Amino acid sequence: MARDTQALPVFRAEGLTRIYRTGAVEVRALRGVDLSLTEGEMVVLLGASGSGKSTLVNILGGLDLPTDGRVFFRERELTRASDRALTAFRRDHVGFVFQFYNLVPSLTARENVALVTEIARNPMTPEEALARVGLAARMDHFPAELSGGEQQRVAIARAIAKRPDVLLCDEPTGALDSKTGIQVLEALHEVNRDLGTATVLITHNAAIQRIAHRVVVLADGRVTRDEINTARVLPAEVSW
Amino acid sequence: MRALDRKLLRDLRQIWAQTLAIALVLGCGIMVMVGAQATQATLVQTQAAYYDRHRFADIFAGMTRAPAEIVSTVAMIPGVAQVEGRIGLQAVLDIDGMAEPATGRILSLPATGPTLNLPLIRRGALPDPSRPEEVALSEPFAEAHDLIPGSRFHAVLNGQRRELTVTGWVLSPEFIYAMPPGALMPDDRRFGLIWMGEGAAAAAMDMQGAVNELALRLTREGDSRAVIDALDTLLDPYGGTGAYGRDRQVSHAFLDGELSQLGAMAVYIPPIFLIVSAFLVNMVLGRLIAMERVQIGLLKALGYGRAEIAGHYLKLAALIGVIGVGLGWGFGWWIADAMIRLYGDYFRFPFILRDWGTRALVISALLGLATVGLGGLRAVWSSLKLPPAEAMQPPAPPVFARGMADRVLAALRLRQTTMMIFRSILRWPGRAAITLFGVSASVGALVMSYFMMDAVELLGESVFQQANRQQVTISLSQAQTESAVQDATSLPGVLRAEASYVMPVRALHGHRSRLTALQAHFPGTELARLVDDAGAVVALPVDGVVLPEMLARALGISAGENLRIEMLAAPRAVLDLPVARIIPQGLGQEVHIAAPALFAAMDSVPQVNMIHLAVQSDRMDALNAAIKETPAIAGLTDWAEVRRQFDATLSESLLTMVLIYTLIGVLIAIGVVYNAARIQLSERSYELASLRVLGFSRAEVGYVLVGEMMLLTLLAIPAGWVLGVFLAQGMVGAISTDMMQLPFHLSRRTYALAALAVFLAALGAVLMVRRRLDRVDLATALKSRA
Ligand SMILES: Nc1ncnc2c1ncn2[C@@H]1O[C@H](COP(=O)(O)OP(=O)(O)O)[C@@H](O)[C@H]1O
Ligand SMILES: [Mg+2]
Repeated sequence: MARDTQALPVFRAEGLTRIYRTGAVEVRALRGVDLSLTEGEMVVLLGASGSGKSTLVNILGGLDLPTDGRVFFRERELTRASDRALTAFRRDHVGFVFQFYNLVPSLTARENVALVTEIARNPMTPEEALARVGLAARMDHFPAELSGGEQQRVAIARAIAKRPDVLLCDEPTGALDSKTGIQVLEALHEVNRDLGTATVLITHNAAIQRIAHRVVVLADGRVTRDEINTARVLPAEVSW
Repeated sequence: MRALDRKLLRDLRQIWAQTLAIALVLGCGIMVMVGAQATQATLVQTQAAYYDRHRFADIFAGMTRAPAEIVSTVAMIPGVAQVEGRIGLQAVLDIDGMAEPATGRILSLPATGPTLNLPLIRRGALPDPSRPEEVALSEPFAEAHDLIPGSRFHAVLNGQRRELTVTGWVLSPEFIYAMPPGALMPDDRRFGLIWMGEGAAAAAMDMQGAVNELALRLTREGDSRAVIDALDTLLDPYGGTGAYGRDRQVSHAFLDGELSQLGAMAVYIPPIFLIVSAFLVNMVLGRLIAMERVQIGLLKALGYGRAEIAGHYLKLAALIGVIGVGLGWGFGWWIADAMIRLYGDYFRFPFILRDWGTRALVISALLGLATVGLGGLRAVWSSLKLPPAEAMQPPAPPVFARGMADRVLAALRLRQTTMMIFRSILRWPGRAAITLFGVSASVGALVMSYFMMDAVELLGESVFQQANRQQVTISLSQAQTESAVQDATSLPGVLRAEASYVMPVRALHGHRSRLTALQAHFPGTELARLVDDAGAVVALPVDGVVLPEMLARALGISAGENLRIEMLAAPRAVLDLPVARIIPQGLGQEVHIAAPALFAAMDSVPQVNMIHLAVQSDRMDALNAAIKETPAIAGLTDWAEVRRQFDATLSESLLTMVLIYTLIGVLIAIGVVYNAARIQLSERSYELASLRVLGFSRAEVGYVLVGEMMLLTLLAIPAGWVLGVFLAQGMVGAISTDMMQLPFHLSRRTYALAALAVFLAALGAVLMVRRRLDRVDLATALKSRA
């Protein structure tokens, strides 16, 4: 299941550095990261806790700015964009999935998805997005009435409903048991396969790397490995 | 509906009680504003229309006696549009079923029909000019005695007892507020106006071909100052008592005073409520945003811009504003209706022109929304500055730096729960400050409103207990020598009689002048005394006059300077007297002097025209009967009756006011404390649930919550007292008029009541929240560490 490596890059990051300052303490979360992501690609980002994975993905998604280095989305340099331009970028091109689902508790599954479809340019209907993740029957439930796996699938539906160019998932299975985790991975896999959405999937679970086209390993704020996965498997074949 | 708006409504449902509490506080401010302003606008409009339709005069003048032809001379004064002359006099009335004599003011009706101050016939008709015994009565007086057309009563006119027949009931723009001479407030039973044909009045008073009162209307360009000066000069040879404009006309001046009080209320009270509600919105929205920090980060991640997110939370503030404004409008409308009806009855307006108060509605809505908008904006602003990645992480735990305060607390060896109370106040000083401010504002508002009661009571106290200890004051139709006092002693039931001499005067200093009265105090007086606002009896200096502050200010005169006094009745002496002292006296308008000093300056023997009596209470009827038969007595004031009237008015209107103010003051306290406690509860439910898990009892955990709020309330009370003093001072300035200045005095009762009301309200509010604490499910509270 190898992919055409000549495809166009969606993201290109050059020499990313991110330093957090809290009081007198300085944390170097990223120490010069170069990375690119091509159309339709599914990348698994592996690394120990604290290695800088979330920081990297947040910068790619325009949620945070690097201390140094540059990020390009297609031809546009995000690191020079205004707050307004970053907001528009997130609205039109990026879908996020977080470890703790981050659903709005006072909105039903359908309404949580509508939150995005109402402001996106060419969205699917909330119903279609929820059907894609297998939640057609639970659309009018509030988050508190859904299991963890179901909540995460709502979050995925919400992320894909705008037909984003990239899907950024920060430990989407981190809070789930392996059975529900695999259901979530299947949903992501199908989206990537059917819609061709480039996907970055953060995990510290090494078993999951087998479903990726490409695996990038981060350690202590640096990329220590970046290789094509030649033996890609379906999520159902993974276990942990 | 958009998903975000749905979230808004569901958020609102979560905090509906808090929302309502804020909306009520805001609504109170709006209510006072709309209610007072609509009432004021209605009454001002009604007054203007009444004056206009019934041709209320612009200038008034009195004199001893002038030929009727004076009217055409006056009409030639530049700026005068219209003049009417009449005969006016005071008479003692004997009404069936009333033991004491009443006082009547008789007014002649021009033979050609009145052209100014047109009487409005409410029942029956005006008297027939050819029938001298016919009269029309002022409606309130006639109503009080059931003197329907055709009834008869007796009056002593010019020393002669006459029977008069009622032909009709009348209202007049000149007597909207009908004050008997020397009284503090209108008295419909004891004071009436009597309209009589010109011929009959002239015959009764020996005034054929003469007038003693003039009323004028000015042209559009007419300068009242110039006309008054011209009149004074013109009328001087006829014993002029000074011309004056509407500003010194009793009915108009009192009505205007009342209306400006309403106006002051509309601008002076609402800001407190508005400021408190802005802080509350800020506090509640701030907490909501803190709780939804992660959701805000999420919305940003999803591509919502700052303006959209700010708009979302501001909509919530706006919704609170809309509810508050709606409540305020509704209650304001209702209160305006009630007040207008009350005032309409009290002032006897023949009609009411309702002003719909559109201006007040619009202004109050704008202010209300701006208030919550400002409060909301501040809360929203800080949340927007967070970058989304950071917003989605739980906030760093608060840093508990060990400061001075901690060392003090540690040294105190407090219980851990008490320690938690102090720590929480120190950790969130901003919120503690808002609570302190809100609660002290409610104490302040209460102090200010109870102060009104104190002030009026003090006035009563000084008027009745200190200054006027006589039961009865009689005024003589003519000044007599001191022997008149001896004669009065022989009236039935009189225990003691004291002389007094009162003279209408014009007081002048530089180019300023004032129409007032000069009161001479005889030595050894014990009944009617000169008393200042502090209740102290003022000893009259051997030389010179004593002035109340307000009069001194109006004349721009200070102690040591000379005051010119022109007497406006016989003997019309002109005196230059030094000002010996200026005293604080809220209701004081008169010039005081020791009798020996006055009569020495006049170079005359001592004169008496008023006599104060101490009377055996069971002989009042005999005294009343004797007075009705004594022609030398022109009028009488029964102080017990005045006091009764005063107390009745006080307990009726003031008590209602105090109840309303207490209600709204208490509402602020509840709004503030309830919200603060709810926020505490939501913020610390984890901490408090942990305590329960550790084995603390409900009471002990409740203590942390209740203790903190009540500690803040106790701290806020003294601050509120101080604030209340400032507010009351402002109130004195806002509602004092030329005619009256409220004495500034706050009783202990006021401080105590304000503190008690707020304390109980705060306790009630925090206990309401405490009940929720009992219902908190430990497991959920420990899980949801938001
Ligand atoms: N907002 C922040 N402030 C300070 N330090 C941070 C912040 N976010 C992350 N860090 C630090 O940066 C490093 C990388 O964090 P992160 O990117 O979250 O790692 P990962 O997602 O791989 O676990 C860690 O040491 C973390 O403590
Ligand atoms: Mg992470």
